[in-house]
Amino acid sequence: MKMTGAEIIISTLIEQGVTDVFGYPGGQVINIYDALYKFKDKINHYLTAHEQGAAHAADGYSRATGKVGVCIATSGPGATNLVTGIATAMLDSIPMVAITGNVPCSLIGKDSFQEIDITGVTLPITKHNYFVNKIENLADSIREAFAIAKSGRPGPVLVDVPKDVQVATYDFEPQGIVEKKPLPKASEEQIEEAVKLVNEAKRPYIYIGGGAAGLGMGKQVIDFAEKIGACIGCTFMGLSAVPDNYERFLGMQGMHGHFASSMAQKYADLIIGVGVRFSDRATGNTAKFAKGTKIIQLDPDFAEINKNVNVDLGIVSDVFDSFTRIAEKANESKKPEWEKQVSELKEKENEIAEKAAKMAGDRMTPKMIFDVINKYKLPRTITTTDVGQHQMWAAQYSTFDTTRRFVSSGGLGTMGFGLGAAIGAQVATKDPTILITGDGSFGMNLNELATAVTYNIPLIIVLANNGVLGMVRQWQNLFFGKRFSETVLERKTDFVKLAEAFGATGLRATNIDEFENAFKKALKVNGPVVIDTYIDKDEFVLPMLPPGGSIDDIITDVGGKDDAK
Amino acid sequence: MLNNEKINKFVIAVYVENKFGVLTRVTSMFTRRGFNIDALTVGETECPEYSRITISLSGDGYAKEQFINQLKKLYNVKKVEVLEENEAIKRELSLIKVKNDPETRGDVLSAVDVYRAKVIDYTLDEMCIEITGDPNKIDAFVKLISNYGIIEMCRTGIVALERGSGTLLGK
Repeated sequence: MKMTGAEIIISTLIEQGVTDVFGYPGGQVINIYDALYKFKDKINHYLTAHEQGAAHAADGYSRATGKVGVCIATSGPGATNLVTGIATAMLDSIPMVAITGNVPCSLIGKDSFQEIDITGVTLPITKHNYFVNKIENLADSIREAFAIAKSGRPGPVLVDVPKDVQVATYDFEPQGIVEKKPLPKASEEQIEEAVKLVNEAKRPYIYIGGGAAGLGMGKQVIDFAEKIGACIGCTFMGLSAVPDNYERFLGMQGMHGHFASSMAQKYADLIIGVGVRFSDRATGNTAKFAKGTKIIQLDPDFAEINKNVNVDLGIVSDVFDSFTRIAEKANESKKPEWEKQVSELKEKENEIAEKAAKMAGDRMTPKMIFDVINKYKLPRTITTTDVGQHQMWAAQYSTFDTTRRFVSSGGLGTMGFGLGAAIGAQVATKDPTILITGDGSFGMNLNELATAVTYNIPLIIVLANNGVLGMVRQWQNLFFGKRFSETVLERKTDFVKLAEAFGATGLRATNIDEFENAFKKALKVNGPVVIDTYIDKDEFVLPMLPPGGSIDDIITDVGGKDDAK
Repeated sequence: MLNNEKINKFVIAVYVENKFGVLTRVTSMFTRRGFNIDALTVGETECPEYSRITISLSGDGYAKEQFINQLKKLYNVKKVEVLEENEAIKRELSLIKVKNDPETRGDVLSAVDVYRAKVIDYTLDEMCIEITGDPNKIDAFVKLISNYGIIEMCRTGIVALERGSGTLLGK
């Protein structure tokens, strides 16, 4: 049937199973918005306060569900406002399709009003992108964009459509949802080789990454760990991929990882990496990482094998398939010595935590805040975060009862990610959603409170307010002689009044009892709630591997507040 | 990354879709991933829908592997192949403008003769020499002729094919 380009765009989205999009109208997408109006019974549009919020919302939507998130923006500034959101999705391999309008083809290249070469701008931060200058390619380009976004190692794809292509008419026939391209399966020889390494290992460490998030392989991982006597750790991106209430699970390792998890990885003689890429924040100094330890790496992306660290066996394949096949063939084995060693590490970790708790005095520590959240939060709660100290505390202390419950910008570390992402995650799942943020990060994109209020999205926003840019301050504290250059926020923002001004609920907590009451109260509010939670400006995220250091340099204690070493 | 292999020169042939913007996608990857290439040529092939890019660069085994992997990830790239030293025919063309000095003219013309180069422009104060051949031959010629005062020079970069009747696309 004959349709305009704009109608073809929306019809193709509907054809691909898209039910929700996030975006912001503008001059070069008026036609697309007109088509959205026409098809509004089939597709919901969420109007954000800023295009960046739309990109983060599409990203959060995807992280919480595994579906392809979609955002729309106009040409020029609309498109460039998506850039940080697209880059965030790229670094964390999140499937996303961004649709931008552009000036008509006749005005391209003439520095026309709101003209930007957005395919050029996003070249290094998209998996692929399209500039569609012919209407006959429009529907197929969008279909390809979906196929690319979700196949193999997922990622964002941008489709830029000039205005005249949106206006032109062409035949459109709906097709089926494009399938993911099948991933290669590991050969029998590869599985045998992996099984041999597993059978030889005395101290195996199963290492779960973002590539395993949402694959629903929690049970398989636990069964395998049980079978071979392994312990389990994860990367930041691997959080919530496997249940965390299991004794062999040691939590996140790396720069701010759990002591036991990072140390167990150091002492392991075999690391079984499942969808991990050995990023610098996970490994520290690669020259000293996993010396003498054998490494198996299972990943769908061939370019990740041997990129950051040399591995003994890299299997480019469907991670779930290879993992379960290795698990099935491996010999059953008990490893009491390794288990003892790991449990000693856990005891040491507990000792460190107890010591820290004793030193805390009567102040409200991050750990106490998360204890309250974990105690009261509802089943299936999604925890989203911004970036900084609060993010690391969320990663260390949050509990997750199922997969896709942790939504946070890992690779790019995007401050301002959280609120948009929380909106996207809540819209996608309707599950209880909490945003953990800080006063620095929240200040970047708090305008999206307006969006949360407009759509009455129930969100509990725990704003860890310390009046400083805590993570940078921590580095300044430890490595820059306490020269707190530009990290003290001498703002006078009243976040309770701010929440109220936006039409949200604002609560304040200056001690842990107030926080407990506020959190319980927030659970009963149907709509966004900001809990302005005061924490000390000199809290540290510990443990910490100093930048460029290795696990041997782990800092677990910085002494008293004024005694940082 | 951790290997201390020695730095080698290598030549990579890449078939890409003959579409708007594809060269930018390929070269943008070099910048993003920090690869420094020595030369790059691009042109039509036996199939109108593909262009062939020939890239020369230096690096250790790790750099070579990363370079190939990252190229293969690009959507418009159809084929990536390393052209091994003894299996490839490599050619390069160079134009070199040299001083035309009566004292050295004879030596320059002898060199042109020995290297089977050609003088394609000749004025009172300069000669322009065209030379085609294996890049090593051109290197040697340039080194020799630099003794006589090179005014200006440009090289095309390597084009290369594998020996035998096989094709890269058919591989």
